[in-house]
Amino acid sequence: MSAIAIRLSPADNVVVCCRTVEPGERFTVDGHTLAVTERVELGHKLALTPLAAGDKVLKYGMPIGSMTEAADAGAWIHLHNMKSDYMPAHLRDAAGDHA
Amino acid sequence: MSWQGWLRPDGRKGIRDAILVVYLVECAHHVARRIVDRMDDPRVQLIGFPGCYPNDYALAMMKALTTHPNVGGVVLMSLGCESFNREALAASAREAGRPVETVVIQQAGGTRASIEAGLAAVARVQDEADRRAVRVPMLRSELVIGTICGGSDGTSGITGNPAVGRAFDTLVDAGAVCLFEETGEMIGCEGHMAERAASPEVADALVASVQQAERYYRAMGYGSFSPGNAEGGLTSQEEKSAGAYAKSGSRAIAGVIRPAEQAPGPGLYLLDVVPLGAPKFGFPNIVDNAEIGELIACGAHINLFVTGRGSVVGSAISPVIKVCANPDTYARMADDMDVNAGRILTGEATLDEVGAEIVALIEGVAAGAQTKSEALGHQEFVLTYKASMPAGPACLPRVA
Repeated sequence: MSAIAIRLSPADNVVVCCRTVEPGERFTVDGHTLAVTERVELGHKLALTPLAAGDKVLKYGMPIGSMTEAADAGAWIHLHNMKSDYMPAHLRDAAGDHA
Repeated sequence: MSWQGWLRPDGRKGIRDAILVVYLVECAHHVARRIVDRMDDPRVQLIGFPGCYPNDYALAMMKALTTHPNVGGVVLMSLGCESFNREALAASAREAGRPVETVVIQQAGGTRASIEAGLAAVARVQDEADRRAVRVPMLRSELVIGTICGGSDGTSGITGNPAVGRAFDTLVDAGAVCLFEETGEMIGCEGHMAERAASPEVADALVASVQQAERYYRAMGYGSFSPGNAEGGLTSQEEKSAGAYAKSGSRAIAGVIRPAEQAPGPGLYLLDVVPLGAPKFGFPNIVDNAEIGELIACGAHINLFVTGRGSVVGSAISPVIKVCANPDTYARMADDMDVNAGRILTGEATLDEVGAEIVALIEGVAAGAQTKSEALGHQEFVLTYKASMPAGPACLPRVA
């Protein structure tokens, strides 16, 4: 039986979903209990611990951006609550010419 | 394991013997494509450059591609009035011992006559390439292997990319040349890369390359980050970078090379795709095949392409091995994928096992087995304008 989500480095405060998780699921990763409140797809991130706005998000043991709002353990961590510390990401509705 | 390669006059060995039909301006594209379509032979492949203005980078790329060890002969298709230096390109391929013919559409008498002239030229070049072919045993240590990731998602950095990293460690230890890219996807990893540098000069060159990439992408207004990356769970450029960087494995970084430059010795190299100075001509990597073309111009015999969302591309000249990082994508697109690295996520295989599988697959493909994209007929190629990128002395590895 494989893990539901994995912590890639002991320093990390997020975990990566090994399969899509559904609201209502509860499971434990490295001693932290995560309560899933929305559908989160394979490859996406969940908060391992409660996070505050401004916290660095750590994955692979390195910072991958900062929280823009608070999140509970088990919350989906993505563009709606964190951002790059380097340059903004864009979606398909982006303007065609930022330069 | 050894297999039969093609020995070229410069001493390099190839794993394929492609005949390239090269259009030198968009105006010659249709004629060149008709020739390749009518040949209907996977060995006869179409590459080209669309622009009419001269560009040193494009000429350097074309010289490197037409003298690549996987290439046995070349037919150049020119409209006649474009700027591309067809004489210099033909001379370079001829000096490298390749049969070369040039068809100039304005001299040959238009579309129909040029297609017929091109078909005859391809037949002659192919016969001559066969006559000149020298088959010799080839070893793992003689390979140049590139890697790229495209259509990355949250699985790429934990399955496919580190599995390729394990394969790279094995290949570097065997004395092969391994090339990883690209500097825009190393943003955030420059400190760690510098610690792996073979010399202080290489460390400085690695950091400088990433800093230049960051400046360049900022000016372009976008990072090397697509909407599909975000849909697949990646949130930031630096998160994507950390995953992409895992492709490089763990060995010392011997140097930084630029497009169309050959690695000066065995080992692991970063391919820097971002020109120096202020941005010019637009994005440094408009799409994955632009980078695959640059890896091939640096001598790559095979490229390992890690994808999470599911790319289908292959390439002209050098086979592409597709490593699918995401088990759900693999289930949907297995016909296009050579390796199912998603088994790492589902607990069915370890990184080391998939790494060993990739090395075995490389040797099989080098020995002649078709990749999935080759079998499906994929021969993508794209080359556009770029400011030229001369190598600096700091880019060369220190002699031990």
